[in-house]
Amino acid sequence: MNAPLNRRSLLGLGASLGIGVTFLGSQAFAASESDLARKKLVVVICRGGMDGLSVSPPVGDANYAALRGSIALKPDEVLKLDGTFGLHPELSTVHALALQGEARIAPAIASPDRARSHFEAQDVLETGASGVYGADTGWLNRTLEVLAPIRPVEGLSVGSTAPLILRGKVQAASWSPGKGVDESARLPTLLQDLYKTDPLLGPAFARGLETETMAQQAMTAMAATPAMNLAAASTPSMAAPGPMSPTMANDRRNRQGGEAARKLGSTLGGFMIQPRGPQIAAVSLDGFDTHAGQSGQIATRLSYLDAVLDGLHAGLGAEWKNTVVIAVTEFGRTARVNGTGGTDHGTASTALILGGALKPGGIVGDWPGLAQNALFENRDTAPTLDMRSLFKGVLADHLGVDRAMLETKVFPDSKTAKPLIGLV
Amino acid sequence: MGNVTASRKGDRPLSLPSKDMMAAIAVTRFGLGARPGEIEAAKGDPKGFLAAQIRREGADLPQDSGETSADRFRQMRDFQQQRKKERDQKDGQAERAAANAQIFKDAQRALRDKVGADFLARARLATNTDAAFRERWALFWANHFTVSATKQITSVLIGPFEREAIRPNVFGSFETLLVASSTHPAMLTYLDQAQSIGPDSRAAGFATRRGKGKAGLNENLAREILELHTVGVDAGYSQADVTEFARALTGFSIGRDAEDRPGQFVFRGAAHEPGARTVMGRHYGQQGMKQGLAVLSDLAAHPHTARHVCGKIARHFVSDAPPSSLTERLERRWMQTGGDLAKVAQTLIDSPEAWDPVPAKFKTPYEYTLSTWRLIGAEPSAIERLAPILTGLGQKPFSAPSPKGWAEDAQTWAAPDALIKRMQWAQGFAAVVADRTDPNALAAEALGARLTPAVAKAISRAETRREAFALLVMSPEFQRR
Repeated sequence: MNAPLNRRSLLGLGASLGIGVTFLGSQAFAASESDLARKKLVVVICRGGMDGLSVSPPVGDANYAALRGSIALKPDEVLKLDGTFGLHPELSTVHALALQGEARIAPAIASPDRARSHFEAQDVLETGASGVYGADTGWLNRTLEVLAPIRPVEGLSVGSTAPLILRGKVQAASWSPGKGVDESARLPTLLQDLYKTDPLLGPAFARGLETETMAQQAMTAMAATPAMNLAAASTPSMAAPGPMSPTMANDRRNRQGGEAARKLGSTLGGFMIQPRGPQIAAVSLDGFDTHAGQSGQIATRLSYLDAVLDGLHAGLGAEWKNTVVIAVTEFGRTARVNGTGGTDHGTASTALILGGALKPGGIVGDWPGLAQNALFENRDTAPTLDMRSLFKGVLADHLGVDRAMLETKVFPDSKTAKPLIGLV
Repeated sequence: MGNVTASRKGDRPLSLPSKDMMAAIAVTRFGLGARPGEIEAAKGDPKGFLAAQIRREGADLPQDSGETSADRFRQMRDFQQQRKKERDQKDGQAERAAANAQIFKDAQRALRDKVGADFLARARLATNTDAAFRERWALFWANHFTVSATKQITSVLIGPFEREAIRPNVFGSFETLLVASSTHPAMLTYLDQAQSIGPDSRAAGFATRRGKGKAGLNENLAREILELHTVGVDAGYSQADVTEFARALTGFSIGRDAEDRPGQFVFRGAAHEPGARTVMGRHYGQQGMKQGLAVLSDLAAHPHTARHVCGKIARHFVSDAPPSSLTERLERRWMQTGGDLAKVAQTLIDSPEAWDPVPAKFKTPYEYTLSTWRLIGAEPSAIERLAPILTGLGQKPFSAPSPKGWAEDAQTWAAPDALIKRMQWAQGFAAVVADRTDPNALAAEALGARLTPAVAKAISRAETRREAFALLVMSPEFQRR
């Protein structure tokens, strides 16, 4: 990887060259509070251990085809990224965004956990701790906590249950598609009264009512915006503004619940562009544990993921330029195909980093290669990048989270994972 | 989620509450929520009411189709042949192809309906039973040994799995239950064990010679038995232990059509990895199937298993953060009796910590919805009445998100969105049933001594029966146990 540019080193460089610091600082670095208040972060957790070598197959790696055997993708089957990597054929939205510099891959990223247990690794991913049982709140919630004194930021999870990544002191909203609340009924008010001394139900219910109101507004607003029409459209005549229309990709989606996935993504986008809408959101996708018959299963899951991202891109509309999306999993899978056409629990995987706020560039982190002596424990893609580095870099540069807070509060015990800077 | 659960220090004096309060707790916390008259029936001897539900022959069986896993395997095979026929004939005569497509669709629907019927039968058992503690105990073990509908073949086997492997064994020895689960076709397909082949076995050599590619090991079941079913993730085993255990389990499979036991457990000696194994420091020199069973036996007896599983029992029945005095007592009983589950259940009933009047458990969607049906002495009339709300609340029938099963903690289920959906459902439910009820009497039936003045007052002041009913089932007391 190229040495990442760091704000301070650049300032230092400017000073040593005698260039006015004010010049360097004028645009790029003087992110004002009102700018920061527009920034959005979405974390998509792909649960089950998403196979990085399927997400971004390194078809140019000399060892890839032999290790993968029956489940290897051929160079002409993948969506080409560079000389080494392609994207899975179902990831057409991601590919279209990558071509315009708005999507990158981190192909050998891992949490600090090495136990290959789903539950342990998901806990570590979501708590941001250096090991299992290191914390019982999520790092996105602690982000809300440290931002609160500066500018209150709203958090939202998609789904009827709250994921650990957003659990903690700050009450975050949760939302999933459903019917609306009948506002004429007295029941919500009576229940609020009944819950007023209940520390669990009181705040959660109030939050739910608020979100429900916002959802009504989001849907109404979206129905009137071109972005939503685009997401719902199935004919190329309603082409997207700009040079590409990932929305139109791949009609196979419609057969695989893709319409629902896209709607989910676009509604989330609709939430986030509202005046007091959430700046931070978490989405969980299950079903990536592909021990047997992997090829078909992962295609379906990646198609779903791609449709969610497509919807989100559409739903955010012009606000896409202020957004970073990270799709990440608890661990990758074995480099070799197993005896049942699948793969077992491994170590490093691929994270997808997307968004209009992203700087164009190549892969994020180093690629260790798949040579036998390069594999972790002669088995898995070796990790070269701690996912906390990615998270910390995005929180610092994109959301303006104070560096000291990052180290002490949001990601304690993460000194070894230096923030990855220069991504946005 | 493996959140840190701190034990409550400085345990309170362990005196038992009044008989009336104990009756309400027996029915709502240990059971599945009150049916009309149930709390009254438990008042004489609340502990005895529960103890009488423990029986060696196991839990009740749902009144379902009675189809076995072998039956379901045969149906799946017929279906797959139909699908193949449909695909092959696509290019042939259009009329014929259309007819076949229809047959295929009907067959697919028939299989889906069977899964729905299995789930409905189980839900009806939970709403109708007078032995609701026994049913909750069975549901706990079904969740401990989760099989989820991630594959079509697995989905049709979940009903038979619970009937054949779980329910008969929930008051027997843990080892018997563990072996029954680990050898059942549902588990063998869910965690990919059925096709796992020892890399140096005769079957692997055969496959290679016939150019069928590399056959090999799948370590999914071995890992989840260690991590989830027995010793738990913090027991200190390594990746090498997982792989060794997976080798020991090779050969655990399912009979094919031409074999003696189609659709049932078989041990395939040809697929078994030859040689001795070492798992968690123990040497296993046995041959064949005995090797895997020996590992299972040692895992069942391991002190870490007692700790891991008793912790789960306490968290399920009593609190998300149960007092350590309770988990330690259960653990001791488990070790004394060699994992005798009837004895452990009795110890749970005898533990004063389990009778804390403060309801610490928030009902899961399954518990919540079924306790509402129990409240009015009814059962869900169709799967369509039940599946959409469970899915909406995040607990889609037979579809736990992972082999870890459904979460048990309030943080998971009391999310803002879920509360709104519960309210909407309660309103709809009330609109159908409430007009025939006396809400004040119903509240007393539902909660007994647990009914608080605030809730009773809110119900008595409601404008309509519907509003009163919705208030009752949305009250903090009814949503907890």
